[in-house]
Amino acid sequence: MTASATAKVPLVEVEDIHTFYGKSHILHGVSLQVGRGEVVGLLGRNGVGKSTTLKTIMGLVNPSRGRVRFEGSATTGLPAHRLARIGIAYVPEDRRIFRLLTVMENLRTGLDRRGVSEARKQELLDKVFAYFPRLAERRNQAGGTLSGGEQQMLAIARAMMLEPKIILLDEPTEGLMPRMVSQIREIIEVLHREGVAILLVEQNVPLTLETSQRVYIMEKGVVRHQCAASELRVNDAVIHQYLGV
Amino acid sequence: MEVISDFFQAIPYDQILIQTLNGIVTGMILALIASGLTLIFGIMDVVNFAHGELFMLGAYIGVVVLATSGSFWLALVLATLVVAIIGAALQITTLRPLIGRDPLTTILATFGLSLVLQNYALWQFGPVARKIQEPITGQFTLFYLEYPWYRVLIAGLSAAIIGAFWLFLKYGTYGIWIRATTQDRVMAQAMGIPVPWVHTAAFAIGAGMAAASGVLFAPLVGVNHSMGIDWVLKAFIVVVVGGMGNLGGSIAASIFISLLEAYASIWVSPAQAVIVSFVVLILTLLFRPTGLFVPTPK
Repeated sequence: MTASATAKVPLVEVEDIHTFYGKSHILHGVSLQVGRGEVVGLLGRNGVGKSTTLKTIMGLVNPSRGRVRFEGSATTGLPAHRLARIGIAYVPEDRRIFRLLTVMENLRTGLDRRGVSEARKQELLDKVFAYFPRLAERRNQAGGTLSGGEQQMLAIARAMMLEPKIILLDEPTEGLMPRMVSQIREIIEVLHREGVAILLVEQNVPLTLETSQRVYIMEKGVVRHQCAASELRVNDAVIHQYLGV
Repeated sequence: MEVISDFFQAIPYDQILIQTLNGIVTGMILALIASGLTLIFGIMDVVNFAHGELFMLGAYIGVVVLATSGSFWLALVLATLVVAIIGAALQITTLRPLIGRDPLTTILATFGLSLVLQNYALWQFGPVARKIQEPITGQFTLFYLEYPWYRVLIAGLSAAIIGAFWLFLKYGTYGIWIRATTQDRVMAQAMGIPVPWVHTAAFAIGAGMAAASGVLFAPLVGVNHSMGIDWVLKAFIVVVVGGMGNLGGSIAASIFISLLEAYASIWVSPAQAVIVSFVVLILTLLFRPTGLFVPTPK
């Protein structure tokens, strides 16, 4: 593939996926795309399938129909650990810190990979400790003893250890104090500047519109609306219709 | 006053000391078996009913290697490695396909494995117990007993193997993978940890540790096809009492229960002393079902 052709292929391409949990049909044909280095917001009420969309991209849930492509090749059916190695990182809604592992050990789960030199490891650690000094202070503390905001930082820092091309970020500001929310906003902007793509699921509409280039709005397991983030205002009729805010 | 001094004079201090030593020796062997069992349960939720047979298989491989090479230490190392490889193969062929199914299926699978391995050993080696010669035969005098140094060596070696395993879990990359997978299988996978292979490796390590304890313990009891049964039963008790999947708890419970049994056998016959472990098991299940040696869950 030539360089110009590669640039045209979206980083992540979700094509008409249908996902079931047992007998309940969660996703009814979701399609979306995320370009290289693009921050894309995914909005919608609770339970419309936003988290399931992320889990399906990460390979944690298998779609019964449709496909997911990463850098042009189909990833449907590949185990999550393979996807993590080729550049997809996942920050789940409930953070899922390894509670009995220290902060440093949590980071090492993503850092200790084949082909990463010691110098590069140190560089990555220095970088996240510069963004999140709290984590550096608590590096030998068990993950379960951190506050909610610190756990969120650790979850993002842990994902950054994989040097991903895209981070699937599920409700990173949920339940956080305003000061923490602005720190999350900053880190999203930093990651964007570094060229990392982000698929951001959020309830916080202003934050999503400010940090994203494009947004998708989901309802009842399908994408109902998509547009550039700059076209939407917080009090737009579309937002009222689908999010009821 | 006389009653009290009579009471203290009636305590058999010499026997208590001897039994403390005996309790620690069996406790360390038990801890070595139970560590593998609890590791496997913690990471895969698999109750490995074939664990005693891996112990037995280790002892038999020890017999064979010792007979051909004459070296106890080579027998110990080879038995550990061979059984670890066998363990990995068994995990890949029988347990990996069952991931995500009802836990009952893994119980049946490992129980089936245990029957197959036992009968294989019976067919291959016959019903007569084999003997492994202890590598050191010296003794030291302990009150009225000549106490074999080999028993002390068993305790020391078991402690060393458990200690090395603990260091590996604490500091090694693969140790961190094992602990992360034990805590959250899905998130471990999302962090790029190859969870199916971590399961296989954990099973292999558990199998290897069982084999090592089989070789170490064989000189004391002799090797036969059903030698695993008693031990695995005790190891199950220890794993439950120590808190399912809790390594430190299992080790503490191994020593605790073995000491209790050793002390009890001062006054009752060893066969009756076994009752002590069941009493501890029942009391634990009644009053602290999450385990005796874990902090009270909040």
